[in-house]
Amino acid sequence: MGWTGKILRVNLAKGTCTPEDLNMDWAGQYLGQRGLATKYLVEETDPKVDPLSPDNKLIFATGPLTGTCASTGGRYSVITKGPLTGAIACSNSGGYWGAELKFAGWDMIILEGKSKKPVYLCVIDGKAELCDASEIWGKSVWDMDPWIKSRHQDPMMHVAGIGIAGENGVLYSCIINDLHRAAGRSGVGAVMGSKNLKAIAVRGTGGVKVDDFPAFLAATSAAKEVLAANAVTGEGLPTFGTQVLMNVINEAGALPTRNTRDVEFEGAHDISAEAMAAPSGKDGKPNLLANQACFGCTIACGRISKVNEEHYTVQNKPEYWHASGGLEYEAAWALGAATGVSDLDALTYANFICNEQGIDPISFGATLGAAMEMYQDGALTEKDTDGLELKFGSAESLTSAVELTGRAEGFGKELGMGSKKLCDKYGRPELSMTVKGQEFPAYDPRAIQGMGLTYATSNRGACHLRSYTVSSEILGIPEKTDPLVTDGKAGLVKAFQDATAAVDSAGLCIFTTFAWTLEDIAPQIDGALAGKWSVDRLLEIGERVWNLERQYNLQAGFTAKDDTLPKRLLKDAAKTGPAKGLTAGLDKMLPEYYEARGWTKEGVPTNETLARLAL
Amino acid sequence: MKITLKLYATLGAFLPPGAQRNAIDLDVSDGATIGDVLARQNVPRETCHLILVNGIFSPPANADARELVDGDTLAVWPPVAGG
Ligand code: SF4
Repeated sequence: MGWTGKILRVNLAKGTCTPEDLNMDWAGQYLGQRGLATKYLVEETDPKVDPLSPDNKLIFATGPLTGTCASTGGRYSVITKGPLTGAIACSNSGGYWGAELKFAGWDMIILEGKSKKPVYLCVIDGKAELCDASEIWGKSVWDMDPWIKSRHQDPMMHVAGIGIAGENGVLYSCIINDLHRAAGRSGVGAVMGSKNLKAIAVRGTGGVKVDDFPAFLAATSAAKEVLAANAVTGEGLPTFGTQVLMNVINEAGALPTRNTRDVEFEGAHDISAEAMAAPSGKDGKPNLLANQACFGCTIACGRISKVNEEHYTVQNKPEYWHASGGLEYEAAWALGAATGVSDLDALTYANFICNEQGIDPISFGATLGAAMEMYQDGALTEKDTDGLELKFGSAESLTSAVELTGRAEGFGKELGMGSKKLCDKYGRPELSMTVKGQEFPAYDPRAIQGMGLTYATSNRGACHLRSYTVSSEILGIPEKTDPLVTDGKAGLVKAFQDATAAVDSAGLCIFTTFAWTLEDIAPQIDGALAGKWSVDRLLEIGERVWNLERQYNLQAGFTAKDDTLPKRLLKDAAKTGPAKGLTAGLDKMLPEYYEARGWTKEGVPTNETLARLAL
Repeated sequence: MKITLKLYATLGAFLPPGAQRNAIDLDVSDGATIGDVLARQNVPRETCHLILVNGIFSPPANADARELVDGDTLAVWPPVAGG
């Protein structure tokens, strides 16, 4: 229970949809979603597979709490081999799609092969079929989603799919569900596009059964009270959203600016939560109109925003005058600070285009920042950029570049390769702010040392969501550590990584952990599932998942040499702020981390570690 | 001495007129503590969850003991998080 016990296997080459039973032994060892789907991927594919070939598989997976009344229990993840990195990819999304898949009676969809012509998958309860998508191939997510609902005469459907970027192999294209929620990172949308699969539309009318309903209800109610009473989840996130971090991280001198040349951005306030809430435009309304919750969420951190109708980006495009998913912190950072652009409406518009065409704003903004630095240094000229003047701070360049990348046209195709391949191509590899080929997000590892180790060791390439030590190092949750020192960070990163892997395997949102510990989560899982689910068991699962992902990457060809950071962070000291004079102390943290993990000096899990984790 | 006070998110309402971008320069008496500055602006202490002085964390419980020096930037937030 919790699980539906059913998987839908779709062979796109043959056009077949086949139900099968969930492997319950694996569910007991890997829980669900991130962990369980990784186990399936590892068992069914060669880690050396070309990510964009028909032999790669694409898995949409829910957790056992997805679709239940547990707060934030609406999450799903997409697991595959990532084309941006060549490493395991696992991108998590909220909205309503994941819960709907459970209501239709499925834990997971495994997609294999490649369809001969564009199709979308339609799942209505127990019935699944592949439908012709030729009319929506070449259309944006925002055109495709209503088309599918209208075609099936069902506005209650939930749709996850790709825009033009994913069809054209933009390496950081994402899968968008519910118009503006994203399985955002590592290019999972390009894998979907390579399979000629435009979307998965789902409608479910069933429910999710739990093992011990009174215990489950008591545990989920108690946990909701914890979220409501906590100042951050009960008040801070719903009111300000993640964007309140813009001024915090800038004040702490940890805001990577202009391709990480600087750690403070003079325009930070103009693109912050405070600016989003201030009156603007001719009607005096602010950019931020409302907050929004994903399925079952009692936090509601989401932002709903509008571009000022007089702004140059939309003044002649009334189709963009509606409200939609607004800037979250990471997107605002990448589209703004990383490119030096401080025009809030331009950022909001660029973010709309990212959602409309299905591109990851973090990787896009960071790649544009790298291109701007190359342009400034003369490594890129207007001849290369089709006339785009890629100057740091130019809002026009940002909004033109995002349109071109979303449609994979002109220089947008080159930007769509991601910063590593782009910087390699133009002879400046050192300007790519990536780890394992993935652009890092909005925290400078010189000023928040734990994030350096986080980026270097993240199994999906640089990422903040694998171990968000910012919580401890800057915000003091669960307890304060000093962001400027490396001491103790190896253990801190490992603890965050393991706990996060467990939360990501459960169907819950990681933002709950600003208030919840595994002590709040374990009773909810224990109520939903048969068997005993303790904190220790969850931590063991988290560690098992982490090591399984690591093994996949090692077999894919990654080594300890890839657990590193761009030279800029290791050699060039921060110029200003609290970290002035500091570089990222990775050389100190990494050996400690390998030891804490029970890995060899070469970063390989020892036989004892593998045996302890039953791997 | 002169300090810069920055009050963010809902605390912005406690900034005096003339503040811009959630910040204002203030003249305060030598040796003024964080607590003195917050009291002067009537900022409810229980709402001060994150305090940075020149970008470096200062425990809110220590606000009455922590003296500021000329040129300091004091930045304060209510409960916030993100990711
Ligand atoms: S906390 Fe935010 S991202 Fe997480 S489930 Fe709730 S609304 Fe969605």
